[in-house]
Amino acid sequence: MHKSKPDIEQLKKTALAARKMLIRIASKSHSPHIGSSLSHIDITTALYSAILNVTPKTARDPCRDRFILSKGHAALGYYCVLALHGFISQKELERYGKNDTKLAGHPVLGTAKGIEATSGALGHGLAMALGLALAGKRDGLSAKYVVLVSDGECDEGSTWEAILLAGHLGLDNLTVIVDYNKIQSFGRVEEVLDLEPFADKWEASRWAVASLDGHDFAELLPALSSLPLRKGKPTVIIAHTIKGKGVPIMENKLEWHYRDVRPEDLEETLAQVY
Amino acid sequence: MRTAFIRTLSALAEKDKNVWLVTGDLGFSVFENFIRRFPKQYLNVGVAEQNLIGVSAGLALSGKRPFAYSISTFASMRAYEQIRNDLCYQDLPVAIIAGGSSFSYSTFGCTHFPMEDFAIMRALPNMTVISPGDPLEVEALLKGMNKLRGPSYMRIAKKGEPTVHTTKSSIALGKVALLESGEDAAIIATGRILPSAQMAAEILKGRGIRASVVSCHTLKPLDARGLLAALKGKKVIATCEEHHEIGGLGGAVSELIAKNGITSRFLSIAIPDEFPSGVGSQEYFLERYHLTPEGISRKVEKAFRAK
Repeated sequence: MHKSKPDIEQLKKTALAARKMLIRIASKSHSPHIGSSLSHIDITTALYSAILNVTPKTARDPCRDRFILSKGHAALGYYCVLALHGFISQKELERYGKNDTKLAGHPVLGTAKGIEATSGALGHGLAMALGLALAGKRDGLSAKYVVLVSDGECDEGSTWEAILLAGHLGLDNLTVIVDYNKIQSFGRVEEVLDLEPFADKWEASRWAVASLDGHDFAELLPALSSLPLRKGKPTVIIAHTIKGKGVPIMENKLEWHYRDVRPEDLEETLAQVY
Repeated sequence: MRTAFIRTLSALAEKDKNVWLVTGDLGFSVFENFIRRFPKQYLNVGVAEQNLIGVSAGLALSGKRPFAYSISTFASMRAYEQIRNDLCYQDLPVAIIAGGSSFSYSTFGCTHFPMEDFAIMRALPNMTVISPGDPLEVEALLKGMNKLRGPSYMRIAKKGEPTVHTTKSSIALGKVALLESGEDAAIIATGRILPSAQMAAEILKGRGIRASVVSCHTLKPLDARGLLAALKGKKVIATCEEHHEIGGLGGAVSELIAKNGITSRFLSIAIPDEFPSGVGSQEYFLERYHLTPEGISRKVEKAFRAK
């Protein structure tokens, strides 16, 4: 299941295509959470293009790498990345949000290839990834288990229950990527419930920590290619990101957690995407 | 019942390495032998019920069959959203084993009294809800749970409950078991109150009232056909349970009889809508709520003789 490693320029092209697809489909389906999707697209593109040993053909292989989008509200951006990697058909994605279709506003197990768990309520993904990783470990699999969490969902006690247990068990096949865009649903993280010193909290819970620019493939690829960071410890990658990344009018703006792109603004918005 | 649980689970684990026991840091003096025999099929997540369910869901996504154990109130309520989303919505074969009937921890206060768990578990799509009445039911139903494709919840008592059934052959998940036949009244019981229901029927017999005794160990899916057959023509239908009168066995049976136009006198012998005050023994609370052989027989007789 080896992937040929695409170069960084190719990854940038894929991420740009995913952003444009997201804006277009979000607009026609009047979908919110655009800013949340934009902040993870570089990360999920890196994962599916270069890191995860899973393809549409191996999507049910017990030895595959597994990815869970725990911040389920960012599903549409994830669907776009899955579509660009062949897991979801373009035709199905174009019908997103219409009656009698499968893809929900938060990922639901069994609705598309590549979706490994249902999410939507925050604070559920890490515990499930932990269970998968522990089973993989005890079964002697060499698979990786990667879960993307939001900064806001690190407010959830359930997230910390799983952080403590994974550290205690030393599950080094488990990787958390925090999409640390510093904006949660009602304000800036530092104002609502400050997570800092964030890295220290993970380290104190026996995790190996890397902090990097979550939009820079030159930083993402080396870190994600050398998992685990430390043998015998789970890895957390604190990815500093920008909510709304890639669309200047949306960057660092809380309102793009909620707003949709009006049809009359679509062309102008698409023209901005970088 | 708890001993029957761990004995049966050990037998299942021996046959199938995918059978796991996951605990929220409970099981002292009960699980040690399992841990020694099956260390790779065991996990203690610590005092963290949300994680207990979430991690069990992840294990099930890998093809494991986790049995997740905690005290009934914690198992059913602390992680309700995980049970709903991770287990029921994803329809994963995780079996929750909830330790303790309503008054098993009678001196501990209401934090330890499960009185709502049947109601909230019944409300969940895909969930199977089980409340065995004796150790033989525990054994048979646990084996049944292990074959389910979706989630299940079993509440077990833990004080060395007596055996009621004489054989396991009449116990099947999803089917009521008729323990006594009588034409005048039907006493339907779930959980560890079952032997009291049977004794109540004996008392009633001495007073000239012939009562059927039905074990309704599977609260969901409810065995409508079996229940309707057992209730047919009875002057009094009484449900007995260690649970609030809202949403448990009484709720399920009253929904059933209302839907089917049955006009028998209906009694729900259960805990009223309150947090029981005070402290005392299990028997002290059971007497307070008429959940003893005498209490049940008295209530049924009164309903039977009422004009």
